[in-house]
Amino acid sequence: MKLKPQIKQKIAFALLGLAAVTVIVPVILILAILVQRGWPAISWQFLKEMPRMGMRAGGIFPAIIGTLCLVAGAISVALPLGILTAVYLVEYAKKNWWTRMIEIAIVNLAGVPSVVYGLFGLGLFVIFFHFGSSILAGSLTLAIMELPVIITSSKEALMSVPRSFREASLALGVSKWETIRCVVLPNALPGILTGSILGVSRTAGETAPILFTVAAFYLPRLPQSIFDQCMALPYHLYVLSTQVPNVRPALQYGTALVLVGMVFFLNLVAIIVRSHIRSRKQW
Amino acid sequence: MRKFREAIIEKAILLNGFACILFVILIFVFLAKDGLTLFRTIAIQDFLFGKIWSPLAEPPQFGILPLFLGSLVVTLGATVISVPLGIACAIFIGEIAPRWMRETLKAGVELLAAIPSIVIGFIGMTLLGPVVKNLFHLPTGLTAVTGSIALAFMAIPTMVSIMEDAITSVPRTYKEGSLALGATHWQTIYRVIIPAASSGIVAAIMLGIGRVIGETMAVMMLTGNASVMPKTILAPVRTMTATIAAEMGETVRGSEHYFSLFAIGLVLFGITFLINFLSDMARHRKIR
Repeated sequence: MKLKPQIKQKIAFALLGLAAVTVIVPVILILAILVQRGWPAISWQFLKEMPRMGMRAGGIFPAIIGTLCLVAGAISVALPLGILTAVYLVEYAKKNWWTRMIEIAIVNLAGVPSVVYGLFGLGLFVIFFHFGSSILAGSLTLAIMELPVIITSSKEALMSVPRSFREASLALGVSKWETIRCVVLPNALPGILTGSILGVSRTAGETAPILFTVAAFYLPRLPQSIFDQCMALPYHLYVLSTQVPNVRPALQYGTALVLVGMVFFLNLVAIIVRSHIRSRKQW
Repeated sequence: MRKFREAIIEKAILLNGFACILFVILIFVFLAKDGLTLFRTIAIQDFLFGKIWSPLAEPPQFGILPLFLGSLVVTLGATVISVPLGIACAIFIGEIAPRWMRETLKAGVELLAAIPSIVIGFIGMTLLGPVVKNLFHLPTGLTAVTGSIALAFMAIPTMVSIMEDAITSVPRTYKEGSLALGATHWQTIYRVIIPAASSGIVAAIMLGIGRVIGETMAVMMLTGNASVMPKTILAPVRTMTATIAAEMGETVRGSEHYFSLFAIGLVLFGITFLINFLSDMARHRKIR
């Protein structure tokens, strides 16, 4: 039997729509369940207290602080490095095999498995540089991991600054670096920030790279220096759900909800910044 | 003086550009330094093709074949699920959905990408595991299939966003030409748009696969962690990534076991390097 093309189209479109729904429904389901089961556990004490009784009671305060430390450490290293690399690629690099090599290196950095970053961080920072298992080692590992995200988004932001801006500045006798510093970068900054925040939100949820470089199993105090170990939210969730028996589910779901909430909050900020810039752009 | 400063700044920026290459080399060097030490005591073919992984036995055995096959089974499963879903979703978002629905779906896919893998693993353990267990009447719900399903959903956002870019960047004139000849919208999509976007779609699939192979935490929590040769997809398996993450904490620095985990890391690095390189080639093929 040969179907009419119009009927075929209807069937095909219905199936495609169904696929889209199949992708979206689990997202909504996951979020709904997290909120439904995690919300009752969240209270001021849960957020502000140390874990007690082998993590079966108490709060997750040190894990929150630990994750914030790691994220802040990673971004303060990766942001300048990433932006300058993007500046090099967009403003200075010629189209030759060397530039192509750098691009391939970035693509590959983006593809290296997170656990391999963990091994690398262990080998280089923890052992070779003698940082030990510390916030410093963990942050640096995460920084290298989020570098490709920051470079890629910074590149796009820099490329979206019109050529005429640069030409006008250069025509006035301003040097190349000053053109970049005073004209190109300020215009690209919001775009750079958006991409970087997205990069950061990914870092906040990563577990494998911090497993051997910083994460403490159970450490009910705050880190004192960058050479201290610390707890981190994603690792804490891993410990609660697989390593410690008889943890109340509410505690697990509460931790998961705080982690997801933190990541989504960062994403939301990025999206708001992005739409704000788009509406203000004059050119 | 100003020229001098300018030159210095330019050199500094140039150095930054090389940092990425340096990091890739450093990663390789530090994996190889410890990973290759293993082969002083273990023959390389015993490592790559040995069928038993039991580093704590006496004598210890370091065959990564079961781990490699574990990774392969889980990855294949995830690919089989995610590729059709991803392509369909990308076509729907890029071509069919009305504007409001497109934005909602895109936001949903971005949301999925933002969920940390540890949370996917946790939800999978508590919700997906029991479903798989009851559905197939298994002793445990933590199997290769469970891992594949969860990983498919982690690969889909990567795939969809790149595929959708590829689909929307097909020139309008192709589509208009086809429609003007009397083809239906669907015929245009699968005869004109998909072939035109094929290199982007291939690149997207490869990047998705790369992400699946490298995924660690969700897979460790969901596949049941049994380092045996996988016989069916409904049995627990263990992947290479999960082995590193699970065993590194218990090893003694400088032991054979420790070196063997770095050697696995080296294998993983090689595989993902190859996949990403090929995917990048596929993406740039049309431009050059």
